[in-house]
Amino acid sequence: MELMDTLLLSRIQFAANISFHILFPTITIALGWVLVFFKWRHAATGDETWMEAYFFWVKVFALSFALGVVSGITMSFQFGTNWPGFMESVGNIAGPLLAYEILTAFFLEAVFLGIMLFGYRRVPGWAHTGATVLVAVGTTMSAFWILVLNSWMHTPQGFEMREGVAHATDWLAIVFTPSMPYRLAHVLLASGLTVAFLMAGIAAYRWLKGERGAEVRLTLRMGLWMGALLIPLQIVAGDLHGLNTLEHQPAKVAAMEGNWETRGNVPLVLFALPDEAARTNRAEIAIPGAASLILTHSLSGEVPGLNDFVAEDGTRLHPPVAPVFWAFRVMVGTGLLMLAASWAGLALMRRGRGPEALPRPFLMALVPFAFSGWVATLAGWYTTEIGRQPWLVTGVLRTDAAVGDVAPAMVLGTLLVYLAVYAVLVAAYVATLFHLARRRADGGHVLPRPSYPAPHPAE
Amino acid sequence: MLFGYPPDVWLPVVFAGLMGLSILIYVILDGFDLGVGLLMPLATDAEKDRMIGAIGPFWDANETWLVMAVGLLLVAFPVAHGTILTALYLPVAVMLVGLILRGVAFEFRAKVPPARKASWNRAFFAGSAMTAFSQGYMLGLYIMGLQGGAAAQAFAVLTGLFLTVGYSVIGATWLVHKAEGPLQAKALGWAREGLWAVALGMAAISVATPLASPRIWERWFSLPEFLLLAPLPLASAALMAGLWLMLRRMPFADDRLSWLPFAATSALFALAFVGLAYSFFPYVVPERMTIFEAAAAPESLVIILIGAVVVLPVIAGYSVLAYTIFRGKATDLRYD
Repeated sequence: MELMDTLLLSRIQFAANISFHILFPTITIALGWVLVFFKWRHAATGDETWMEAYFFWVKVFALSFALGVVSGITMSFQFGTNWPGFMESVGNIAGPLLAYEILTAFFLEAVFLGIMLFGYRRVPGWAHTGATVLVAVGTTMSAFWILVLNSWMHTPQGFEMREGVAHATDWLAIVFTPSMPYRLAHVLLASGLTVAFLMAGIAAYRWLKGERGAEVRLTLRMGLWMGALLIPLQIVAGDLHGLNTLEHQPAKVAAMEGNWETRGNVPLVLFALPDEAARTNRAEIAIPGAASLILTHSLSGEVPGLNDFVAEDGTRLHPPVAPVFWAFRVMVGTGLLMLAASWAGLALMRRGRGPEALPRPFLMALVPFAFSGWVATLAGWYTTEIGRQPWLVTGVLRTDAAVGDVAPAMVLGTLLVYLAVYAVLVAAYVATLFHLARRRADGGHVLPRPSYPAPHPAE
Repeated sequence: MLFGYPPDVWLPVVFAGLMGLSILIYVILDGFDLGVGLLMPLATDAEKDRMIGAIGPFWDANETWLVMAVGLLLVAFPVAHGTILTALYLPVAVMLVGLILRGVAFEFRAKVPPARKASWNRAFFAGSAMTAFSQGYMLGLYIMGLQGGAAAQAFAVLTGLFLTVGYSVIGATWLVHKAEGPLQAKALGWAREGLWAVALGMAAISVATPLASPRIWERWFSLPEFLLLAPLPLASAALMAGLWLMLRRMPFADDRLSWLPFAATSALFALAFVGLAYSFFPYVVPERMTIFEAAAAPESLVIILIGAVVVLPVIAGYSVLAYTIFRGKATDLRYD
């Protein structure tokens, strides 16, 4: 019983840490490339507006990066403090993948971040752009290795078990697991969407504060365009990822759909209260046959049901249904809202009408969209990670077998401290973004000073 | 012992070496920026900005060595990673919260409305202090064999305090190199005052480590080891005396040799580290688990080693590049 409490608390603690962490990489991965784009456009056109945009968003990048780094360090320790069984049983696989992330990504981004942020006047322009590119490459590589490991935990292959410990037999198979390409594409697009709506939302806020300069116009339009272009791609990528999950982790799809019995003609459940005790849905609102159509491209197609994943003795081998079911709906719902917002914005601005054509209520509605990417990303992660339960590594290692034997009070105490710190930091982060936006809207420092080789002020 | 395969010999040793090197680099590099954070409350507001300028371009990369060190422990000695970190659960949590606070305070202090800057300066100090103290505390528990008990706790508190002051000394010597004028003069004073604690701390650890383990006692106090090892404490004492004299006479004309106190302090930390490594090798969990028992499968270690051999020189290269670009006296940090 005591271990059970530790298990639950440890899971909440890890979920809290990883949820807090992902907020920031999901911004920096795509924002790094957006900064590269700004620099490239500036070099190509000579238009200073691009550098104004760069110098505003590089501040957001620096802040997000710092939060991502420190929250990421937390997790590398928690593998050991809370989940020693993970590395003990699959360390031979997870270890090298994490090592490659540190070697190829962490140092690259950390070292060149200093040059990118503070070296503008110390190195030639090409070197500064080079540092910016390397930071973006570093963040993307980091995402690649982490998603390789995460995908392996979902769809493991290329190993054999010897005395309860996984040993690698085929590294190519370990890196290129069946779910990896879909997951990577889905997460990178999610990052792009998060940044698109962050740009659009913050620019809408600045516009509402009365700013009318070329740069706020540029970021508002660019954010909406990026969102409008990426969201259809994301819907396709998400659909393909779902089909891949159906093939490799059918229990997760059954929970996402809230489908209890394996059968054809499965309805698409729009709303329901899944009841695991009664093994049925309450208050269900559904479109007949639609889930079969989406998942098998045929109305009569068979969709797996949750009742197939219960052992003879009644042990549940499928994930908890309600959280997966609801997280999935929040993700899809947010995505549809993003689609509506970005396309409506572009429609209003069509034929070169610019942001003046956006009605005030639309702009006000766009401001909270700055964080719509966070909502969708978190909901998506909850869907896939809770959907992997009760497994930590599908079919190989159960979550309850990996937890460390730490007193529940200790886990609870540190959990409360983490939660308090995270709450303060998220609030401070959001407040600071709006503070930076207000300062810019009030006509704060915009124009960059002459770049390298200007003299250093202190010399 | 757990995995049923005969542990390879050279791979665990190589990885123990890499891990040790990462820890040492971390302690020196993040040591100086943690130290600067510890000294912040002693400086004026203008000096605070200059102090941040002295560490701004570097702190993130410095901290990556901690990820590298714990990552190597995680990937090369997975069993030890679990054992050590569950034993150090609470100090690790304190350290992590400290690292979070200082890392974000660094960014927030420069971006929030001026009225809130002082709060984030305090958070920067608090985070640096929590990190430094908890690292020293963990070192103390590790030396005491990761056992509970009042004596071990008391010793760990002592090492926590010593390492905190030790970091402030290395931070002060970094400022001697990166600052000028009144701030540099202050930094020289901070370094001198902290040096006493470093001497006391190193002596305390040197006495306690062999007392905590008969095996370590044997290693140091039998012949001919005792004579062969004598240069270690002697060199430390000489370095300390030289450092003290140097700090009293600095700054030299034209700011010559301003890098020397930092180099000497780093050498001092390195000597202490070599002594500890000699005491504990081949154990990774003191007196309980050797690196051979804790090592991951050889085929996984080889994969990591190939990557490390290719990438580490590149990392070293661009780290040197970054320090070269930001060489010379610190300026206020600007993005543009």
